[in-house]
Amino acid sequence: MFPVLLIVSSIGFVLIRSMPGGPFDSERKPASAEIERNLKAKFHLDEPLWKQYLRYLGVTGDASGLIRGDLGPSLKYRNHTVNDILKQCLPVSMTLGAMSFCFAMFTGIPLGCYMALRRGQWGDHLGGFIAMLSFCVPNIVIAPLLILWLAVKLHLLPVALWGSPSQMILPTIVLGLYFSGRIARLMREGLSTTLHSEFVTTARAKGVSETAILWKHAFRLGILPVVSYSGPLLADLLTGSFVVENIFQIPGIGVFFINSIFNRDHTMTVGLVLVYAALLLILNMLVDLSYSLLDRRVRYE
Amino acid sequence: MSSGSSTLSAERISAARSSPNQRAWRRFLRSKPVIISGIFLLVLLTLVFLWPLISTYKPDATTDAQFKPPTSTHWFGTDVHGRDLLSRTFYGARISLLVGAVGAMVSLLIGVTWGAVAGYVGGRTDNAMMRAVDILYALPSIIFVIVLKSAFEKDLKTFLGHHFSIITASYASMVFLFIGLGAVSWLTMARIVRGQVLSLRSRNFVEASKALGASHTRILFKHILPNIYGIIIVYLTLTVPAIILYESFLSYLGLGVQPPQASWGSLIAEGTQQINSIRIYWWLIVFPGAMLATTLLALNFLGDGLRDAFDPRSDSRK
Repeated sequence: MFPVLLIVSSIGFVLIRSMPGGPFDSERKPASAEIERNLKAKFHLDEPLWKQYLRYLGVTGDASGLIRGDLGPSLKYRNHTVNDILKQCLPVSMTLGAMSFCFAMFTGIPLGCYMALRRGQWGDHLGGFIAMLSFCVPNIVIAPLLILWLAVKLHLLPVALWGSPSQMILPTIVLGLYFSGRIARLMREGLSTTLHSEFVTTARAKGVSETAILWKHAFRLGILPVVSYSGPLLADLLTGSFVVENIFQIPGIGVFFINSIFNRDHTMTVGLVLVYAALLLILNMLVDLSYSLLDRRVRYE
Repeated sequence: MSSGSSTLSAERISAARSSPNQRAWRRFLRSKPVIISGIFLLVLLTLVFLWPLISTYKPDATTDAQFKPPTSTHWFGTDVHGRDLLSRTFYGARISLLVGAVGAMVSLLIGVTWGAVAGYVGGRTDNAMMRAVDILYALPSIIFVIVLKSAFEKDLKTFLGHHFSIITASYASMVFLFIGLGAVSWLTMARIVRGQVLSLRSRNFVEASKALGASHTRILFKHILPNIYGIIIVYLTLTVPAIILYESFLSYLGLGVQPPQASWGSLIAEGTQQINSIRIYWWLIVFPGAMLATTLLALNFLGDGLRDAFDPRSDSRK
C-alpha cells in the first residue's frame, strides 16, 4: 500500500508541475518580480524539482512533510495548511457521500432483487429501463431540474447550501441516483446467476422454501458484485463531487480539488490525490476482507 | 451430379456450423431494444449530418428574441443570445457524438495494445504493465485531462496558427479533448483484453500454431484477436456513452468545447448558469439534456444487446 501511495504522490507531483503557469500568477497585478521571487523562495519553489519532492516527503528540510502526516501549506490559501482545509471540508463531503451511498444501496439493492426474481418478465424489463435511465441522465441535468421544480417552483426544499437536514435531501438524491442504477444492475446480475446455480437447484429439490433459498443462500453470494463495486464507489463518493457541490454551493472537498488544479495549488492537489488513493486502497482491502466473510470458498493466504 | 450434391451438403454444413461470432450477430439483431436503439441512432445521425440543409436557423445566428420559450417557430425555444436552441442542439450533437466515437477509438487503440502485449508476453512484463494500470486507477483521471490540455494545447494552437489557418488552430482544443478523453478511458479495456489473451495463450490451438513455427504477429492477429473481438466490441460500445458523459462534465467545468462551438454538455452548462428564482428557463436544460440522455440510453442498450449476444455465460433476457 505504501509503495503505491509513494508512486501516486510522485506521479501527481510531476504531473502538476509539468503544467505551464504557477500558483502566484493570479496574485495582485502588477506583482513585481521581486515579490514573486520572495514567494517562491518562501515555499521553496525555486529549488530543483527533486529537492522539492524530497522536502515534500519530509526526507529533507524541517520537521514536517508527508512521512509525518503533514501535507504542507496551501499555496493559494496561504493562511491555511492543506491539513486545515481537509479537516474543515472533508467531513462535509464525507457526510454527503455516505448518505448518497446509503441512498444508492437502499434503492439499488431492492430494485436489483426485484428484477432478478421477475427475470424475463415485464417487471424485469421495466426495472432495467429505470435503472439504465438513472445513469443516463447526467447530474448536471437532473440537479438543476430538481432545484427548479422542487425548490424554486413548489418551495418544498431549500435551493442550496448545507447544514440543516432538509438541505441535505436534494444533493443526496442527485449524487446517489446515478449509482443506484448501477447497483441495481449488478445486484440483478449477481442474484440471477446465483439463483440459477446448481446448489440452489439442490436446495429446491430438498424442499427448502423459496424465501429461505433467497435469504439464507442466494443473497449473500448474489450481492458479491455489489460489494466489489462499492469499494471504488465509496472512495469516489467520500472525496466529494465537483458538480453536486458546485450546484448546491456545498463547502466540500470536491470543489477544492478541481479548483486547486486550475489554481496550480500544487500541494493541495497532490494532498487530495493522496487522500483519494489512500481511501481507495483501504476500501478495496475492506472489500477483499468482506468477500471472504460472505463467500467461504474465498481464502486469502 | 456428384459435384452438385457435394456443394449442397457443404452449404448445409456451413449453415449449421456458422461461427460463434456469426451466431452472436444474429442473436444481437433479433433483440427488440437493440432494434429500437439502432433506429433511433440512425435517425439521429442522419438528422445531424443533414442539419445544415434542413435547418432554417443558423446555430450561431443571434437575434433579439432572447429566452423565448418553445413555440411553433422555435421548437426548443431560444437561448441568452436569441439563438435557436433546436439548431444549436443538433449542431452540438455533432461534437458530442464525434467526441464519443473518436475518444472510444483512442481508448480502444491504447487499451487493446496494452492489454494484448501484457497478456501475450506475460511474466514480469505483464506484472509491471498491470501494476501501472492499478496505479493509474488510483489517480483521478481529471488531472490527466487538465494537464494534457493546459500543457500542450497552447503550443499546438500557436503552431497551427502560424503554419496553417486560424480555423485549424481552433480545432486544436477539440483534438486534445478527443485524445485526453480516450487517454483516460482505456484502463478497463486493457484489463479485460489482458485477461482474455492470457487465457487464450495457453490453449491448444495456439500451442499447435506455435509448434508449427508461426510468428508472434501471426498468432496474435490470426488466432487471438479474432477470438476476443466480440468482447472488445462490447466494451467499445459501452465506452462511447461513458466518454460522451465525461465530455459533458468537462464542458461543465469550462474545459470542453469553446463557444460559439457547442456540445450537449456545454449547452446544458449554459442552461445551468441561467438558474434564478425570478424566471425559469427550463427549456435550456430539458432539451439538450433529453437528447443527451436518450442517446446515452440507446448506446447503452446497444452495448447490453451486444454483451448478451457475445458473452456465452449471459443468456439473453427471454
